[in-house]
Amino acid sequence: MLLFLEQTLNGLQLGVMLFLMAAGLTLVFGIMNMINLAHGSFYMIGAFAAVAATRASGSFALGVVAAVAAAGLVGLATESLVLRGLYRREHLDQVLATFGLILVFNELVSIVWGPQAMFLEIPAALSGTVEILPGAPYPAYRLAIIGAGLAVALFLWALIARTRIGMRIRAGASNREMIGALGVDIGRLYTLVFGLGAMLAGLAGALAGPLLAIEVGMGENILILAFVVIIIGGLGSVRGALIGALLVGLVDTYGRAYLPSGLRAFVDPAVADNMGASLAAMAIYLLMAMVLIWRPRGLFPAHE
Amino acid sequence: MTSPGRREIVLVAGLALLLAAPGIAEALGEPFLTSLFTRIVIYALAAASLDLILGYGGLVSFGHGAFFGLGGYVVGILAFHGAEGTAIPFLPGEWAGTTLAVVAWPAAIAAAALFALVIGALSLRTSGIYFIMITLAFAQMLYFFFVSLTLYGGDDGLNLWERSRIPGLDLYDDTTFYYVSLAALLAFLYLAWRIVNARFGMVMRGCKQNERRMRALGFPTYRYRLAAFVLAGAGAGLAGALIANHTEFVGPGLLHWTRSGEIMVMVILGGMGTLAGPVFGAAAYLLAEEFLSRYTEHWLLFLGLFLIFVVLFAKRGIYGWLAGPGARDG
Repeated sequence: MLLFLEQTLNGLQLGVMLFLMAAGLTLVFGIMNMINLAHGSFYMIGAFAAVAATRASGSFALGVVAAVAAAGLVGLATESLVLRGLYRREHLDQVLATFGLILVFNELVSIVWGPQAMFLEIPAALSGTVEILPGAPYPAYRLAIIGAGLAVALFLWALIARTRIGMRIRAGASNREMIGALGVDIGRLYTLVFGLGAMLAGLAGALAGPLLAIEVGMGENILILAFVVIIIGGLGSVRGALIGALLVGLVDTYGRAYLPSGLRAFVDPAVADNMGASLAAMAIYLLMAMVLIWRPRGLFPAHE
Repeated sequence: MTSPGRREIVLVAGLALLLAAPGIAEALGEPFLTSLFTRIVIYALAAASLDLILGYGGLVSFGHGAFFGLGGYVVGILAFHGAEGTAIPFLPGEWAGTTLAVVAWPAAIAAAALFALVIGALSLRTSGIYFIMITLAFAQMLYFFFVSLTLYGGDDGLNLWERSRIPGLDLYDDTTFYYVSLAALLAFLYLAWRIVNARFGMVMRGCKQNERRMRALGFPTYRYRLAAFVLAGAGAGLAGALIANHTEFVGPGLLHWTRSGEIMVMVILGGMGTLAGPVFGAAAYLLAEEFLSRYTEHWLLFLGLFLIFVVLFAKRGIYGWLAGPGARDG
């Protein structure tokens, strides 16, 4: 039972990280009809900026701020130099150009910081554990990530549902041409949304810093997981991204924790471990396949 | 207008170069070039198979590396059990491994085609951006599947105990292996040429332009697209079987998503929607890799910048640029 609770929190923590990535991707898709493979690069840049700033200043909080700023700035520069020319192009062009961007960012980061992986300490204030239930300690840092992710989700909801900018974002998602015709400066809206998405990816990278090896190419695995999230949640929907992210985080974590031992009840242990590990690695993709069969456009599609 | 026959000149010159490649390597006194040319021919086959659905069908499949790697793994696994003398697990009945090419290569093609059938049946229910991301995600699923298969080396991959055998041919001879690979490429290109010029190819191109209209005309577009998807997967499976023999190694790196990206880049560099384009693209990509990486370890930086430039400003590709406006369909 305690183990289950712990795994649930691990799953939520992974889900929250995925949400930070998926929110930007899904907004950029929903409003600009754009597929951006380089989104993972902003995550990587965030993580590297966090290491550099934390080491220089000694404060992880400053590292997080630097990560968000760096990812946001790189995102804005990318948007205005390359991506702006691609919004009206076919998806294939977007895939190729942003694939090119990944190569460029990976090489630039490895030129600046070298090819070795870097590691970041968990900040002292969050390095302990918290007793979530009597006798059940849980790392405070992971709880903080869950808290930060939920705070961002709340902020995004308020931004989109309660502000003028949010109204324009929603309008842009449902009819791009119309809000342009109504006099909204659509170029500025695009830049704003893109910058916001890049900042969220940078934040995710900084938060992941103390948990993972910080290395070139680290953004690519989480990028593909984020794709799975928004396919399940429905493209363009922030609510879908949140639910999809938590679902993927939980399924992946439970799968890895319970499938190998669960299979031991049916087949012999060596085979069960091997099969369980393989099945756990594929679990979220099987989940995606099932959602697709049931609802080809995801759980909460923004465009009907 | 270009002079008539410019396309033919480019095609004949390209074919002559391919046929003479081992001789040229020999004459230059750099026999390693034969190995490089073999890689080019094998990747050209993978790229040509992707172009069949990407260029002619407009299906942006971002998971082509999965079929490539799967074909390779089938050959690797069959050779592994052949050498160990053990039965293949997860198949009903007792099947021994083999290194006979007449068994292993069709098995690789069949496995890739079967996987393409399943993936395609699911992915083709969607379109546009969904299709791109779903093919990518399924390919990644297979990648993690092989990473977690410790029996076959997991992350580290699997060394091929010996190359496939074709009675009467010595596949360990680099020149022989080159010509076997080239024969596979030319056979696939011939098949593709017949297909794209047949009614099937017309329907595929019609679907690319306007799928709804093709459906309204009464064509079962889903079935046509699925058939093309399976055919493309089969071609990539054959390419995978060849690369496993060429490097005598299979690993999850063969199906990593960057591999799918590379194959797609080859198609675009060469010129998509043409049969010869992917061959030119594969040659350009691998030659650039070979020679640029001698000068800088960061050659991918230049590839990335070049790719962005090509997409933004020059979409016709090398073959289109060489062969002029006549460079269509073959």
